[in-house]
Amino acid sequence: MTATTTAAAAIARSYRDYDRPLWQRVLLTREMAIIALVVLVSVVAAATVRGFGQPITVTYLLLDVMPILLIALPMTLVMITGEIDLSVASIVGLSSVLTGVLTAGGLPFEVAAVVALVAGAVCGAVNGFLVTVVGLPSLAVTIGTLALFRGLAVGLLGTTAITDFPDFWTDLAKARVGGSNVPVVLFVFLVLLVVFIVLLHFTPFGRGIYAIGLSKAAARFSGVHVERTKFVLFVLAGTISALAGVFYTLRFGSARGDNATGLELQVIAAVVLGGVSVFGGRGAIHGVIAGVLLIGVLSSALRLANVTSDVINIITGALLVLSVVATSFLAWLRKRRKAPGGTPRIEASTAG
Amino acid sequence: MTATIEKTAVTKRLHAIGAVREFGILLALALVVLAATVANPNFLFSADGWRDLLLTPSILVLVAIGQAIVIITRNVDLSVGSILGLSAYLTGRLFIDLQGIPIVAVFVIAVVFGGLLGLVNGALVAFAKVPAMVITLGTLYAYRGINVLWTGSDRINASDLPKDFLALGTGQILWIPILTIIAVVVLAVTGWIMKNTRGGREFYAIGSDPAAAELYGLRVTRRLLIAFVVSGALAGLAGVLYAARYGTINSQAGSGWELDAVGAAVIGGVAITGGVGSVWGAAIGAWLLLTINRALPILGIPDFWQRAVVGALIIGAIVLDRVLAVRQRRKLLEAREDDR
Amino acid sequence: MSDTPRMTADTPPAPAATPPMLELENVAKSFGAVVALRSGSLRLERGSIHALIGENGAGKSTLVKIVAGLYRRDAGDFRLNGESVDFGSTAQSKAAGIAVIYQEPTLFPDLTVTENVFMGRQPVGRFGRIDRKAMRAEVEQLFARLGVGIDPDRPAEGLSIADQQVIEIAKAVSLDARVLIMDEPTAALSGVEVDRLFQIARSLRDEGRALLFISHRFDEVFALCDTVTVMRDGAYIATTPIGETTVDGLVRQMVGRDVTDLFPKLPAEIREPLLEVEGLSSPLFHDISFTVRAGEIVGLAGLVGAGRSEVARAVFGVDAYDEGTVRLGGRAIPKNRPDAAMRAGLALVPEDRRKQGLVLESSVARNVTLAIRETIAKAGLITSGMENRAAKEWASRLEVKTNALSTVAGTLSGGNQQKVVLGKWLATEPRVLIIDEPTRGIDIGTKSEVHRLLSELAGRGMGILMISSELPEVLGMADRVLVMREGRITAEIDRDDATSENVMFAATHAQGAHQ
Repeated sequence: MTATTTAAAAIARSYRDYDRPLWQRVLLTREMAIIALVVLVSVVAAATVRGFGQPITVTYLLLDVMPILLIALPMTLVMITGEIDLSVASIVGLSSVLTGVLTAGGLPFEVAAVVALVAGAVCGAVNGFLVTVVGLPSLAVTIGTLALFRGLAVGLLGTTAITDFPDFWTDLAKARVGGSNVPVVLFVFLVLLVVFIVLLHFTPFGRGIYAIGLSKAAARFSGVHVERTKFVLFVLAGTISALAGVFYTLRFGSARGDNATGLELQVIAAVVLGGVSVFGGRGAIHGVIAGVLLIGVLSSALRLANVTSDVINIITGALLVLSVVATSFLAWLRKRRKAPGGTPRIEASTAG
Repeated sequence: MTATIEKTAVTKRLHAIGAVREFGILLALALVVLAATVANPNFLFSADGWRDLLLTPSILVLVAIGQAIVIITRNVDLSVGSILGLSAYLTGRLFIDLQGIPIVAVFVIAVVFGGLLGLVNGALVAFAKVPAMVITLGTLYAYRGINVLWTGSDRINASDLPKDFLALGTGQILWIPILTIIAVVVLAVTGWIMKNTRGGREFYAIGSDPAAAELYGLRVTRRLLIAFVVSGALAGLAGVLYAARYGTINSQAGSGWELDAVGAAVIGGVAITGGVGSVWGAAIGAWLLLTINRALPILGIPDFWQRAVVGALIIGAIVLDRVLAVRQRRKLLEAREDDR
Repeated sequence: MSDTPRMTADTPPAPAATPPMLELENVAKSFGAVVALRSGSLRLERGSIHALIGENGAGKSTLVKIVAGLYRRDAGDFRLNGESVDFGSTAQSKAAGIAVIYQEPTLFPDLTVTENVFMGRQPVGRFGRIDRKAMRAEVEQLFARLGVGIDPDRPAEGLSIADQQVIEIAKAVSLDARVLIMDEPTAALSGVEVDRLFQIARSLRDEGRALLFISHRFDEVFALCDTVTVMRDGAYIATTPIGETTVDGLVRQMVGRDVTDLFPKLPAEIREPLLEVEGLSSPLFHDISFTVRAGEIVGLAGLVGAGRSEVARAVFGVDAYDEGTVRLGGRAIPKNRPDAAMRAGLALVPEDRRKQGLVLESSVARNVTLAIRETIAKAGLITSGMENRAAKEWASRLEVKTNALSTVAGTLSGGNQQKVVLGKWLATEPRVLIIDEPTRGIDIGTKSEVHRLLSELAGRGMGILMISSELPEVLGMADRVLVMREGRITAEIDRDDATSENVMFAATHAQGAHQ
């Protein structure tokens, strides 16, 4: 970077990196609000609900939300680009059935699981192809593939279930580390978590994801491969969903066509609750994890408190609506404060 | 300049395409019925077969009409299944708790109730400016949760409901099921409104270009509220009919219907991006969707595959619409070059 | 262009006792710290066509938006037929009989032409049924009156800009709008289309309506308008009957100072060819060939819609092209690959800063480093620290006025936004810079900074292709001027020979061989 205006550099202005102090940037965020809410709910539940404080509760809580945690990772990235994938739960079902059918057909479980993962990647590629190459809206495409993939799963296996899996694997899915209450699968998740955090927050690819979500045109003009990025993310979502499907199968020892039906809505609810904007461009992984855990903790605590397990639906729904409405409301307030005239400053330079 | 401007060839062809889109789906339906009837004449030529052909899709047709109106405004209503469930349970409770309540009153109450739930959706979408997808996903949960809280493990059985009411669900007038007549009347009215009134056309305008709708000074907020209220009210009506048809209602009645309704609209040519399609298309889409489900076993395909077929149908429909749209744009551009 | 024929058919109406149809006096509007309009004044009389001219950033658009009800004025008087008005919405302005026809009209693409004209106020019969026959008959009547043959039953999708404008005008006429404002309506029109538009405008004037015509093209102003108002730097300068002024006089009023002083391009040694474009063709442009050499600024002039930006986008790979080759330093750049173009040493500062140049809702730091995100990453990883370091360097070199690098780019003024975009692309260390409308919508001070910067960059051996609609800028900055007209390069003129007359002539007239 030698060839430019040295004259200007000589009278260099000083720039601060940030306009707000560190504590504000870390604490006054939507993600932190959700994390605080998780902590608050956990503390209150531990104090008031009998049995919630027990370590075994944590184990089951983690095992229960594991599929959502896993799928939420790629879903976050997909939604930050402004797209959506409703077919993830159907891919969970399809990979579960494939694992079961192939194992029952005599293949070693390991091979069957790998085939299921590949099938998940192919499902994701189908979504990605229809969205990026054919140019269809992802909402419509994945409503279609939601039915298609689920239909394939149910069609392959009917209403029967395959329950014969190697004990080693089914035990592993429920196993805890040593004598502790930490489930082994948590480590699989943690590895993926690190991978996705790095991918989204610390790579040029991740910078591209945000740019696509905020302005597709500006991203393209800056050399971001918009279509390729989206395609990769759909494939990732398919693969991770298939992984969740294999886990689901082992955890319950059962491959069924209707496994994980409706899970896509829970995943999306958790992701949005965690601060990802449906318009794209906004959100962070830690917020999403908190969103998933919030739903998990609430349902676990309520179940232990003997409230009908499905009450969680109301809470999930209400939290979802509240969180997005609150965001709009805060944005509206901020706009009013900044520009009393009612016209946001951002429009200034269109005038001319 | 002549006094009247003739329709150009392109325009004529485009109108033809629009008609073809709905006609095509009707043709597909006819083919399915034909194939199933050849495989088993009872599919059409038996009292039960004929009745089921008309009766089965009727309730989904109502929900799909509401969904189509919402989608035409470039929104989506995922909460219809939950509204249907709540309304169905409400219907049962009304008959149990208020013995002797007139059937008409139950209809009115359930429709108003559904409309109110729709109003909640509409208000959140129109005033908070949050995508309908998220709002209605939230109310999908919330309404279903309220349903579960209210119903618990309770269940309404046919024996709890008045005979006259249940007769509505299966009864016929001149070989046509009453439910089908209700659905067709609603379809005709909404179809007429969407085509022939200012309000109806404004739904299309808003979906076609929301920013332009604001510039035109259309009352966008009011239209959005109406769309969601209609969708909710029709889901409420569908709930009453659901109770009449099936007699048994638990807390999961209608769950998953939202995707069938969206699927029916999309298959019927309603563009998910708004502004295009008709309630007629959505209704035929719903009819095709459920008829295929019934036809598959007869055609020797295990009915486990029906969802796969539905999925393939939805994807086929949107790909087809895309191809047609691209061709239309090219035609229109060519027509423009010709003018020069 | 001083010999432009004066085609003013009618004399401007004599000042009447009645108040003017529309009157603005010392109207001002600011956005935060940015003053968009200092003191705008305007008098529109019945039955006249009034031109409003001024450079980009002179405040014309802001003035129009206040009249249209999109903005509320901060100060000044706004009277309609002598009565003070204050519009809070476009609906109020419309109800008062004001119609604005924008450069790119907004129609409902899925609805028919007829529906577009009548949306929201269709004639209705019994049961609220829309009277389609009446609606169609009225559209036919309208179109006959305006002399256009658009099929009323076709969807609006795919209509040419000219036809869309006509539909907007038809809408305004059917609303019986008394004041019609046309914001650069001819920018994207062909010659025949412009003639048709002018015919319509004259007939509307003869019906007693007041028309405001905003344009950059002097020949059109002289051909069509009765009176002309000039604005500069957000303020009213002068209003003159068209017969009493000349192009030179208007230019002097618009620029306010001698043109040649404004844009100093320092002499630089022009060396080897860098960017070589050969036979580039697409549906939007045909057989485009040119070369940009090291140390050279090549101006690409022409009217808006001549295909200049399209060429730039195709060269950079954002859009595809059908035929031709693009080479940089002798090596071919694959088509439709902006990333490959970047790696080869090409940079494009795009036309639409807010949509294409910047991620508006992102920080200055993220914007400056978006194009170099892969080069500043270490082992494939990137952190905010790395971004801030790189961004700090470029922000200070270009003297971007902001406190913190985390400032959201959309809140900066136009000039500072342009500096951020420039910084973003200079950070890629390009060998050739394509810059599309380098100074559109930015203040005079920043303008000359940008010009000095471009001159310096050329002096250091960079090749620059500068697309500009501002003639003084092209004449002042470019070593060589290419002129485009309707998708073709129609002239190549050296710095010493280039005048506003011959550039404008090549931009507006087909060459002798064709006609």
